[in-house]
Amino acid sequence: MDGNFISHLLSASLPPGFPFWGLALLAAFLGALCVVGFVSILALVSVWLERKIAGHIQARLGPMRTGGWHGWSQTLADAIKLLTKEDVILRGADPVLFRLAPALVMGSALAMFAVLPFAPGVQFADIDLGVYFLLAVASLTTIGVIMAGWGSNNKWSLYGAMREAAQATSYEIPLALSLIPPILHFGTFSLLSATEQQSGWGGMQWYIFSDAFWVAIPSFFLFFTAALAENKRAPFDLPESESELVAGFHTEYSGLRFAFFFLEEYAAMFAASAVATAYWLGGWNFPGMTFLSTGSLWLPILGALAFLLKAMFLVCVMIWIRWTLPRLRIDQVMTLGWKYLTPLALGIMVAAAGWEAWRASL
Amino acid sequence: MNGEVLSFSLFSALAVGGAGLALFSKSAVRSAFALLASFLGVAGLYLVLGADFLAVTQILLYAGGILVLYLFGLMLVPPEGDEPRALRRPLALVVAVAPVAVLLIGFLSRPSHGARAVLAEPTETVKEIGLALLRPDGWLLPFEYASILLLAALVGAVHLARRSVSNEEAE
Repeated sequence: MDGNFISHLLSASLPPGFPFWGLALLAAFLGALCVVGFVSILALVSVWLERKIAGHIQARLGPMRTGGWHGWSQTLADAIKLLTKEDVILRGADPVLFRLAPALVMGSALAMFAVLPFAPGVQFADIDLGVYFLLAVASLTTIGVIMAGWGSNNKWSLYGAMREAAQATSYEIPLALSLIPPILHFGTFSLLSATEQQSGWGGMQWYIFSDAFWVAIPSFFLFFTAALAENKRAPFDLPESESELVAGFHTEYSGLRFAFFFLEEYAAMFAASAVATAYWLGGWNFPGMTFLSTGSLWLPILGALAFLLKAMFLVCVMIWIRWTLPRLRIDQVMTLGWKYLTPLALGIMVAAAGWEAWRASL
Repeated sequence: MNGEVLSFSLFSALAVGGAGLALFSKSAVRSAFALLASFLGVAGLYLVLGADFLAVTQILLYAGGILVLYLFGLMLVPPEGDEPRALRRPLALVVAVAPVAVLLIGFLSRPSHGARAVLAEPTETVKEIGLALLRPDGWLLPFEYASILLLAALVGAVHLARRSVSNEEAE
């Protein structure tokens, strides 16, 4: 419960005799509601952005009609359509695994939001393990995707699941190794503590601007590339590559169950961008924050705005990459992961360890 | 019943239930998925005991890594093995029962099994584990031995899996 802003808010307004477990349950329930609401709005905005950016990259306009201004409510209409669609469960599908897979994928995507520091004082759980917990939870989505692919009892889906298994286990290694330079620099897994350590220089002492910038910048690119592959985003979207496998692991899903996979993709993109923001790009710190007094209400508001802007910028870069680069072949994906990114990650890790050890010895 | 006992019973039920499902499921892939429940249950038990680092590592390595590799392997092999089943079954029974029997005998013949693990709040477990593993007077030597063993296994696996160059089509 440490650092949960909802339980802080609640404990001030509840009667004094309220039991601790009741507070914990209530805070967990409200926190889950907040995360689900946030992820839903995030997905609506990101999908709209994806369509608009895709349109403009391809010299089209994208959605223009629904809602009036630049088709802003197109994704809202799509969400309502998905909610009211028939939920198809095939006769040949594994009845348990087919139903369990979207829940597992969605649940693990939502759990990632527990450790993200959105703004000063706005975080669900500042646990000591921070980003390590996030990595572990993110790895559960892989199991969900494989479960979906197998449970669908469809050859395309199974191919998608196998590609996901191979790709996710391969890219987990460079992904985790690329996190080691910032972990060594800040000496913590906690994203909150890392963000707080970047508040110097008037809010600009970000890891990529620090004296360790020469390991920070390559490790940032490495993390971003590995996160793209881990989240099955183009050019690494082999598990669902629609031109070969129809829609890969979620070919047989419809309605809300399909929407869960869709939400998970955007939630995971945002979570990866948020980790990159908190470790490399200074989290909620922004230039000029020193002019605000520490107790000011503007600090969390502007801080959250800064955090969301940085993270959404990275999400937009992911979208930009998707509509720019062609999809790799599966053997190219594996070659890139094992022969280039993993050795590079090991090299950067050794360089970062040497630098931090040298700096500590000064 | 306090929260500690409640969460311990829930997580052990999950661990044992998952393992049971894995044992008695007809489909090998379903067994592998049932292991997920078992792994999560064991991770929860670690958490109850205050070993948060171990719990997260359990999820990351077993659920996120090893289980995915199991599934990958299971999807590659045909459903029926080449071995005749009649030969495999009694051997499998012996292999499965013998370690459990040894463990049970060892456990029951202990002088006292009323001792309880001391439950503590997790405090900086990462730091303590890191220091214990890398201090020369700590577990540095066994840690390095384990890494060399794993490296040797890795090199051996690559050697076994490598196709000879003459078979491969020059690209």
